[in-house]
Formats: sequence, C-alpha cells, structure tokens
Amino acid sequence: MTKRKLGRGVAVVAAGMSKFGCYNGMATRDIFVEAYREMLASLDHGFDPREIEAVYIGNYSGDLFEGQAHMAPLMTDWAGLSPRPATRVEDACASGSAALRQGMLAVASGLYDIVLVGGVEKMSELPTERVTDTLATASDVVYEAAVGFTFPALYAAMATAYMHEYGADPEVFLQVGYKNHEHGALNPKAQFGQPIREIMEARKASAIRKGLPVPEWKDEFDFLRDPRANPYIAWPLRLYDCSPISDGAAVVLLVSEEIARNFSEAPLYIIGSGQASDAATHDRPTLTSLPAARQAARQAYEMARITPQDVDAVEVHDCFTIAEIIASEDLGFFEAGEGWKAAEDGVTSLKGTRPINSSGGLKSKGHPVGASGVGQVVEIWHQLRGEAGERQIPGSPAIGLTHNVGGTGQTCVVNIFERR
Amino acid sequence: MTESEVYTHQFSKHLAERQLIGSRCKRCGRVFLPPRSWCPDCQQNELEAYQFSGKGKLAAFTVVYVAPTAMLAAGYDRKNPYCVGVVELEEGERIPAQIFGVDVQHPESIRIGTPLQALFVERGEGEHKKTILGFEVT
Repeated sequence: MTKRKLGRGVAVVAAGMSKFGCYNGMATRDIFVEAYREMLASLDHGFDPREIEAVYIGNYSGDLFEGQAHMAPLMTDWAGLSPRPATRVEDACASGSAALRQGMLAVASGLYDIVLVGGVEKMSELPTERVTDTLATASDVVYEAAVGFTFPALYAAMATAYMHEYGADPEVFLQVGYKNHEHGALNPKAQFGQPIREIMEARKASAIRKGLPVPEWKDEFDFLRDPRANPYIAWPLRLYDCSPISDGAAVVLLVSEEIARNFSEAPLYIIGSGQASDAATHDRPTLTSLPAARQAARQAYEMARITPQDVDAVEVHDCFTIAEIIASEDLGFFEAGEGWKAAEDGVTSLKGTRPINSSGGLKSKGHPVGASGVGQVVEIWHQLRGEAGERQIPGSPAIGLTHNVGGTGQTCVVNIFERR
Repeated sequence: MTESEVYTHQFSKHLAERQLIGSRCKRCGRVFLPPRSWCPDCQQNELEAYQFSGKGKLAAFTVVYVAPTAMLAAGYDRKNPYCVGVVELEEGERIPAQIFGVDVQHPESIRIGTPLQALFVERGEGEHKKTILGFEVT
C-alpha cells in the first residue's frame, strides 16, 4: 500500500457539542445551533463566522427518524451561513467522521481555508421498534433484516463468535458497560451521567416509594446480572450493553494548518486519516474483527507515522460493549483475543494504562448516530487541550485517535489528532 | 455482450420454490450465496445459477428478545424470542438465516459448529406472503 499524505495540513481550531440525550419538544435545528454556539465560544481568538466557506454535515437518517432529509442546507441556514455550499454525508453510524474527512479533504485540496463540520441526529421521536427498524436499514436489508437480524443481533452474533473463538466470559461485557458509565458520570454532556451504583440505588429508592418489594442487589454487578434490571436484548447482549436512543449535535471548525494559530492557541492537527469499506456482516471471512477498521487504522497510522503505542487518548465506537473490545484489538492496542482480558483487568479504565472512551463512549455519553463521530472529536479536543476536568487523562496527552464504525463495519473511519 | 443469468431478486423467488440457488462464475468457478451478478475476482458478469446443497453449520448466532416490526407480526416478542445466525455452507459461503431446532430458552446451550440443513418458512398472507430462509439442526 502506498503511503498517502494530504495536499496541505489541516487543523481543528474549535469544537462544541450539545448535551446528548432526549430533547422532547426541541427541533433538530435548535439542537444543532446549541452545538454551533458552543463551538464558537471555544475559539481562543475572535473570528467572524461568515468567513466559513463550506459546510459538511453527518446525518444518518433524518429521513426515517423525523421525516426530514436534506439536512445540510437546513442546518447551514439555521447557523446563518447560507449560501455556503452544504453537503450531507451519510455512512450510517460513521456519518460524522466521514463528514469530518470530507471537510478535511476540502481544506487539504486548497479549495477552502475554513470549513464547518457538524453531525446531528434526532432519534427519540419514534417508538423503539421503529428505531430498531431504522437502524437495521444500515445492514443488508435483503438478506439480514429479512430473516430477523436487528442491529443488536448482528453485534450479538459477533459476540458469540468471539466467545467461541477466544473463550471470553460474557461477564466481561458487563464490565465494559460499567466502566463507560463510570467515565460518563464525569462528563456533563453525557446522556446517562450516572455510575451504575447510582442507577441501582435509584431503582431501590423507587421500589421503597411505591411500596414494592426492594430488590436485594449485593453490588453493581449483581444488579447488572439480574434479568429484571438488565434484560437481554439479543443474547448475550443486555440493555446495559447497548448504546441508547439519543438526540444531539456536535460541531468542529477546520482550517488550513498555516492559519490555525490565528484561531486557536492550541489547535489539533489532523496527522492521520483512514477510511475503508467492507461487505455485509455475514459475507466476511471473520466475525471477531472488523477488517475495515484494521484497514482504516493502518492507513491512519501510516499517514501519521506513529504506532498504536504513541496514542494517548482514544474514543472508539462502542455502540455495543463487544464492539469496544473488538475495536481495542483492531486498533492494535491488544493482540486478537486479548482485548477482553484487558477490559477484565481494568486496563481500559481511566485508572488503567490504556484508557478507552474517557467521555463515557456511545454507551453512556449517548449515540445520536450522525453526531457520534464528531462528538468523539470534541472529547479528543478537550483531552489534548487539558480541558477534560475530572475525566482528564493524566500525563498531558498529545495524540488522540477516533474510531467510528458505520453499520457493523461496512464503513470505518479512523482519524488521528496531535497537539503540538 | 454477455449477461449474468442471476439477479438478487430471483433469490426470494427460488426460496418460494423451496430451492437454495446462488450463482457461479463461469470463468473462475467461484460460487456465491447470496447470488452475485458480478464476479468481484474476474470483474465481469458471466455468472450462472448454482444450486447449493443446503447443508452447513452454525458460524455465529443470537437469540433476539427485542424484535423488529416484521418479527413482531410473525408472533415473536420478549416471551417468545427467536434465534438467528450466520450459517457457513459446505460450499464455503456464509448466509444469515433464522435458526430452528435450538433451545431459545437456554441460549447458552446453543453451539457454534452445530450441523444444519436449509428450511423454507412461509410468512404472511396474500400479496404479503414471503418465504424466509431458515436452517434447522439436523
């Protein structure tokens, strides 16, 4: 494979996001404006937003979630940026990172110097079964959805293949969810900003209030093992293994490297970027790895001229707990079949040596599909600038990586950022 | 110009006839299930229909408790979950299918590698009638 490099360097100079969660009675455009406002507030130096030259928006399925397609010009207009060219990018759950990559390529090409990249999704308008149907449209609907495969079911099938091949104990999935809730509790933007213990105590308190029998959970894992508290969605995956139904938006500003310091005292330079595609889940030679993730990671590491060991902060696509374990192997942090042991040993927690998903990940922070990839960049922005508060990764991290998966790995985008 | 003799939408017609028909590249001999109308290796479309034996084994599975609307309509729900899996056929291809003859109340008892045989399941009525690919434990 030939090494690829950008025509010129590109930097992130501002980043913002709405809180992720359920926005009843609030329109998508207003959620987007909230993220846009926070992005502008993050600029270290003043700037007239009308200097923005083009807009790329990641949005998975406004069409099906809320009956609204053609999201990019609408968001652009609501930000007061018409008539800038506005393009929606759709690669399922990787739409946000794919939009970022398109924005990066537009700046690297020399066509634009200043580009806005956003991601937005509003999922909570639909009942759960129709959200399930809509997410399943990112699989192969002719063969997979037709026989009853849902999105959780496809990842659950990967989980059974992983357990079979590597002897993983399904208990480890509970630990990944527990860990991401611990992280999310430190993130004010998280949809479920509560550790599992708090959720468990709230359930007990609610039972007492209603005069119902109070469940006797010994600890958080006892709670997570209880099928009444944590029912199966698709065996072996339970409710707390699945990212939630979320609304939210995230926005970053990209500029050419040579003008980055005019905007920010501590810009993040995009030093590596990779993207790959793949066949539907059933049509791959392996179900215990995402070949597109390995390919995208290799491209990004080669462009950045770094190894996985050089990465300090990592946001991976944990739409399901098994996905985080597989991602930790696909990105080269652990050997194939070793990721579950690292998760079990606490290596991937903020207190461990390879913290993963300091934001709480998709599980706890929330997963408004098209916004998730851009939301990951917002976390890396805070981590590399030392602005992550209680969840700050120690040791002044300088290199951050995002791993964003579309579908079950039909798309994967990996981007690497550096603070210099 | 030569043309493929196989198209994606013939697959469900063949299922209704209780046949598992994929495709085979006339040049390199590679077989495909689901049927492809374009050989990715030869980069051409000289493919013919190819009958699969319907024998395979379970490569991955799950038991689904939160069903999509189509499966709810077929009578499945949390109390009546169903098993779906990826089946590896003896010809080497893999295909998703509903799995029958396993104990869905005890998913931990279901084994990867279990030998399976294709089965054709009729769902819906009138113009909504469809045949779904299933596999059952032999």
